[in-house]
Amino acid sequence: MRSALPIATVVVVIFAIWTAAVVPMNIHLTADLAGRQDIAVTPETPRERQEVGAISLALQNTSIWGMTYTLDRPNLPSPHQVAAELYKSVFTVAPTSRRSLIYHAWVTLSATLLGFLIGAAAGILLAVGIVYNRTMDKAVMPWAITSQTIPILALAPMVIVMLGSIGVQGLLPKAIISAYLSFFPVVVGMVKGLRSPDHMQLDLLHTYNASGPQAFWKLRLPGSMPYLFASLKIGISASLVGAIVGELPTGARAGFGARMLVGDQYGQPILTWAALFGAAITAALLVAAISLIERKTLGRMGMRMAA
Amino acid sequence: MTAPVISASSLDLTFQTNDGPVHALSDVNLDIGKGDFVSFIGPSGCGKTTFLRCIAGLETQTGGTLSVNGMSPDAARRARAYGYVFQAAGLYPWRTLEGNIRLPLEIMGFSEDEKKARVKRVLELVELAGFEKKFPWQLSGGMQQRASIARALAFDAEILLMDEPFGALDEIVRDHLNEQLLALWARTGKTIAFVTHSITEAVYLSTKIVVMSPRPGRITDVIESPLPKERPLDIRDDPTFIDIAHRVREGLRLGHADD
Amino acid sequence: MTAWIIALAIGALGWWINARLAHGASSDSRTVSLAIPVIFGVTIIAMWQVLVTMLDVSAVILPAPSAIASRFVNSIPILFADFVQTIIKGALTGFIIGMVAAFVVAVIADRSPFLTKGILPVGSFMAALPIVGTAPIFVKWYGSDWESKAAVVAVMVFFPILVNTVAGLRDTTAMQRDLMRTYAADYWTTLFKLRLPAALPFIFNGLKIATTLALIGAIVAEFFGSPTVGMGFRISTSVGQLAMDMVWAEIVVAALAGSSFYGAIALLEKRVTFWHPSQR
Repeated sequence: MRSALPIATVVVVIFAIWTAAVVPMNIHLTADLAGRQDIAVTPETPRERQEVGAISLALQNTSIWGMTYTLDRPNLPSPHQVAAELYKSVFTVAPTSRRSLIYHAWVTLSATLLGFLIGAAAGILLAVGIVYNRTMDKAVMPWAITSQTIPILALAPMVIVMLGSIGVQGLLPKAIISAYLSFFPVVVGMVKGLRSPDHMQLDLLHTYNASGPQAFWKLRLPGSMPYLFASLKIGISASLVGAIVGELPTGARAGFGARMLVGDQYGQPILTWAALFGAAITAALLVAAISLIERKTLGRMGMRMAA
Repeated sequence: MTAPVISASSLDLTFQTNDGPVHALSDVNLDIGKGDFVSFIGPSGCGKTTFLRCIAGLETQTGGTLSVNGMSPDAARRARAYGYVFQAAGLYPWRTLEGNIRLPLEIMGFSEDEKKARVKRVLELVELAGFEKKFPWQLSGGMQQRASIARALAFDAEILLMDEPFGALDEIVRDHLNEQLLALWARTGKTIAFVTHSITEAVYLSTKIVVMSPRPGRITDVIESPLPKERPLDIRDDPTFIDIAHRVREGLRLGHADD
Repeated sequence: MTAWIIALAIGALGWWINARLAHGASSDSRTVSLAIPVIFGVTIIAMWQVLVTMLDVSAVILPAPSAIASRFVNSIPILFADFVQTIIKGALTGFIIGMVAAFVVAVIADRSPFLTKGILPVGSFMAALPIVGTAPIFVKWYGSDWESKAAVVAVMVFFPILVNTVAGLRDTTAMQRDLMRTYAADYWTTLFKLRLPAALPFIFNGLKIATTLALIGAIVAEFFGSPTVGMGFRISTSVGQLAMDMVWAEIVVAALAGSSFYGAIALLEKRVTFWHPSQR
């Protein structure tokens, strides 16, 4: 891996900026706390400090910098606080406990995966229909493309309530949001893929007098694989976002979204940040899993990844 | 004889690659005088393009000396001593023909009037007057390459470096452009260094033909052409022409013999 | 039962017209290409209308299209205020901030091939993350008005634009760069005369992805706290009041805003990158 060092450098820079930002972001809170503990702070009263900018306040009180990294309810938690919370909620608690991030991850993940499977399967089917039926192509394809320019995520709360009022609750409403978010990218990518074989390749099969299904299984479907995987990667991260947002407006009790909301409402920013990182890691693992399948499949088929 | 415009002595260039060092140029000695039309011919890997890029200051030699207009190639590049024509036209698709030819003039800070006058003049020189507002992708390959020559001429450098400029064109278009290039050379008196892999093209165009061979890239023969400056296309059937072509072919064959 | 029969008849009729048009002689003309999806849309809405009214579907589950339309027309001042709050103040401001920041970082990173190599994979990774989840954090930092929404949007659009700009700036051929060297052109001249124009198709790709993200960010961030105006606020409160017609009206606004925003960028792209093979 020749790019390992550049990647590491960029990541280190990001964490360095984060770490450096902790001091000014938390300095007002820290100064108030220090003031209550009779530690000398300049300026002395909270009101005077409100007048001073974060950076100049930080420069005037270098002695309390250490405290900015250990606040219980910081504006910006430090990287090690988030890491500690992640460690605590992942490794030190039983996975079935409500305090375990694994538990919440599973709640979100199960909805994500179920929705993704429904959405991707439906997307592939519709794509086949679009490629083989001219009416469908002309009527549905423009809508599939337009749908990508619309913030359909905004539908999420309504879907939850709509399904709730007809008695569908729990996993399924979130899965449906995940499904329709992954559906459209898969349709568009798969149509592109099924259409990727060029005239010469199709003509070759004509010279063999190949039947329609033969052309599909031997040329169009294999030819579409690079495009399919590219859109599946987009689809699965969209599914995860859909499941998380689906947890937000409904006061869900479990899942990454619920965890973020709890951290927000009960003034525990470290919880919110840990949930955010948990979600980010989950997204990364999901995309990595698809990439792995992609590499295996395409490798076996002797194909290259689509750009 | 006046001092040469381009002068190389014991020029060496070794590239360090992942597969070990590659000896691209070895002990190259050559003088090019003012107003010469010099062709470099040889199989791929013989260093002809590399030598042209050294003259242009796009590569730096690892041994020996090379001077252009009495300066180092890099200093000559900074002084904008030459126009370079690449294998592909490489015109910017987002600029019109006129805009493409203005590009070097903009970079070199010519006045607006001067830009207009020069664009007009060089477009006439390559017989593209009237196509100013066209975009490159609306033109044929031959026209694009003519436009790229106009671009190289626009800032009136004394030297023209051409790296297989007609290599990608079909033979009929190439003949036509060769004729035009000779006419242009006669009119402007520029010093031209021309890389090609066509024997006919090299003999037809040049006053001096440099035959090169690979591993390591080196000069195996330098032929001064006795052909007159006036050259109609049918000069290619002339016995002198055929003799020179024969000698070039022999030189190329010898170069190959030590593989 | 009758309702289903009528709805199916409407659907079959719409499909039949479209099939005739799609297989007709002038099926590739602009008008027909536009008419077919429109007829499809109208057919769906008609079936929806028939089913909802004839089956007496509760407005809490699915309001009829006519109900949504009348709600839309009667609430234009509210919808417009929400539009200004969310789209103009939140999404557009954030979009511009994120875009400018991405351009600046891209141009700085571009000077170092080492940084570029690191930024491309890290940036694409970040672009795939659920960044919209940072909304509660920004709401806490910048308050519940549009500033926090703009911040969420800026972060969301930053990565796709950054990655595409950096990739685009690298997308010149060795020959094009050599040409600029033969002119002894300096870094900035090469950047403005060659590499930025060459990067434009990539940059627009990033901008188009970012338009949808900007709207999503601005609306979803309002679920975490907002003043009493805004599309996300209206959606979440109307959901709470079971006023589904209002929710749908907001979704219509979101769809219109989304496709016009995207359309505007696509139009600009057509004007600026007319020379690119994909546009000719």
